[in-house]
Amino acid sequence: MDFFGREGVTVNPYLRLRDKELKTIHSASMELLSDPGIELSHEEAAGIFDKAGATVTKSERAKGTWVVKIPEKLVLQALETAPSQVTLGARNPEHKLILDGETPRVYFGSGSETNNILDTNLEEFTSTSDPDKKLKFPVHKRRRGMVADLCAAARLGEHLEHLDFFIRPVNIQDDDISEDSKDVNKFYACLNNMTKHVMAGLTDLNQLDNIIRMGEIITGGPEQLKENPVMSFITCVNKSPLQLEGDSTEKMLSIIKRDMPVVLSSSPQGGSSAPIDEVGMVAQINAEILAAVTLSQLAHPGAKVIYGSVPVRARMDNLHDMYGAPEFNQYNIDCVQMARYYKMPCYSTGGVADAKVPGIQATAEKVFSHLYVCMAGPHLLHYAFGLLEETQTFCFEQAVLDNQHIGMVKTLMQPPEVSQDNVSYSLDVVRKVMNTSHRLFARYARKRIHSGQLFLAYPFEGGEIQDETMANVKAETQRILAEPVDHLPDATSDQIFAEIPGILDRIR
Amino acid sequence: MSGSELISAIRYNVLQGRRDKDDEGLEDDLVGEPGVEELVKEALQKKVPVHDILLHGLTEGMKQVGEKFEKKEYFIPDMLSAAEAVGAVMETLEPYLLQEGTTSKGKFLLATVEKDQHDIGKNIVGIMLKGAGFHVVDLGISVPTADIVTAVEKEKPDYLGLSALLDTTMRHMQETISLLQEKGLRSDLKVIIGGAPTSPEFAGKIGADAHCKDAFAAVNTANEMAGGGGANG
Repeated sequence: MDFFGREGVTVNPYLRLRDKELKTIHSASMELLSDPGIELSHEEAAGIFDKAGATVTKSERAKGTWVVKIPEKLVLQALETAPSQVTLGARNPEHKLILDGETPRVYFGSGSETNNILDTNLEEFTSTSDPDKKLKFPVHKRRRGMVADLCAAARLGEHLEHLDFFIRPVNIQDDDISEDSKDVNKFYACLNNMTKHVMAGLTDLNQLDNIIRMGEIITGGPEQLKENPVMSFITCVNKSPLQLEGDSTEKMLSIIKRDMPVVLSSSPQGGSSAPIDEVGMVAQINAEILAAVTLSQLAHPGAKVIYGSVPVRARMDNLHDMYGAPEFNQYNIDCVQMARYYKMPCYSTGGVADAKVPGIQATAEKVFSHLYVCMAGPHLLHYAFGLLEETQTFCFEQAVLDNQHIGMVKTLMQPPEVSQDNVSYSLDVVRKVMNTSHRLFARYARKRIHSGQLFLAYPFEGGEIQDETMANVKAETQRILAEPVDHLPDATSDQIFAEIPGILDRIR
Repeated sequence: MSGSELISAIRYNVLQGRRDKDDEGLEDDLVGEPGVEELVKEALQKKVPVHDILLHGLTEGMKQVGEKFEKKEYFIPDMLSAAEAVGAVMETLEPYLLQEGTTSKGKFLLATVEKDQHDIGKNIVGIMLKGAGFHVVDLGISVPTADIVTAVEKEKPDYLGLSALLDTTMRHMQETISLLQEKGLRSDLKVIIGGAPTSPEFAGKIGADAHCKDAFAAVNTANEMAGGGGANG
């Protein structure tokens, strides 16, 4: 390999599950795959399973649905051919991502198709106890997301140091974008505004070849795109509990047929579509993902698939997805360990707030999750930037805050540097300082300070006895959004617009 | 090196905070290269005017360090290292300055008061004052009131700096001032206090001349009292 892409952060993984427990959960998942098995509403897939030796019967519950009982040997065979290393490309090769099932290197990314944008404006208020005192507080407003927001989010993401890959954080709901033009607009909006890796789900399978063609034009051709897949796909193949959904299965099979990387995800909700208990949840989601992995490998051995775990917990007063619950993080860590048990690249989840606005609740929910899930060593930690209100809302300012906190998490995960050289240097410093009258080590901190590696101060802190964080974050967000990005070359965009219909002129 | 090259090298090494050839400085591969001490000695041997060494080398270097600090390019450890390098050669320059008729900015006696072991702040103040051209005598930590007063009698300083970090020990500052008054030593002496629990109000209450919130304030206050410029000058 003649390149090395983004560094991410390689962790010494926190092991919530012991080896014996991993095996127990694996066995439990295998039991589920053979009893009750999975339901499948895709005829071709049913045929593939049948041909490979699974027990396939027509379901009595719904027409066009099959029950597939998958024996463990088929799963193990699939895990043999599923690649443990998948490379995700980028317009700028420095942003390539190497996902290695055996190396816990973590990349943080955004996600995923919220309907709302939260605008944050600072307004001035007068203190009731002291009318001379004017204070600024954020006032928030929610609005529908548009393609212009997606372009801006990509520009922001390009400049956020700790954003390693990009998943569109906002659903584009412009009146002039239809179901069949949504995919081309969302991929172009992302790829024209950033040089990092872009992932997305497909709205309309008919657009798959247009999207792949866009990638070929950007990279220079079909072979170049295979070498440097600047985009990859996400398919939520599973409908929990234990069903492979027809449309998504079709999308998955179509994507792997074209040799593009794809996340096979499942997102059961503990307490509604999966057991709330950790072991039950993890056994089920693991079975669901492995069913999809098995199908992918039976259809195309060696298909570049990624273990996609998005387990959430139900919130009990409204049955919404809940991300701030500690159990959410426990489910996710366990899944990361299961993926590593199978030596598969893992797409995991963390850093979403249930809070509706940036603030104390959002920060607590996000930082616990950013830190805890990262400690397990997932390869792609998505949902990590800007998401509020259980993924219903994206906030630019929140993404800037998350970038700061993720940077701190990455620093926390840096391995200690214990070497004989370091020890000798440090002992020398201690001896020198002991020989001074003042006994101060400050002088020897300077190289560290100026290396750029030392945490100097929280960048959004204020100087007054009042919270100025949001005012400072707002200013920083505006500064970043005014920075230029490396758009696609004119000739590339010309060709994309000439060959691929439906992309709006205004997003060029 | 010529005289002007030496002055320029002194300035550079003040910015690097390099007291002598063993200091690593900020940039790479400086260990073994002459530091401020070696360069000042060489300049004196080559009869570079002491006034030029002081003004265009050391003071100008410190001024640039201060500017970098203001611009947040430099931090406290950079200021301290530079001040330490300058302070170290001030003793070497002292006899030459006297010969030229330049007097020291004054003698500063420093102490952490009785039963208080904290000395980081006091030490930083000491380094910064030396770097600013004051003659500093540091009595150390937990210095009994009587010992401070005896030292004032003996050293005859222009300034006395008292430090305390505990609200239980700061009362010894008042004791010290009272004893100085009793012995008739207070009127020729400026007493400056500092430390976390102290305040301008407390300084006023106990009859100190000034309260300084940090080392920069200490240098500025002392400079003003000495009739000179601020911390950077």
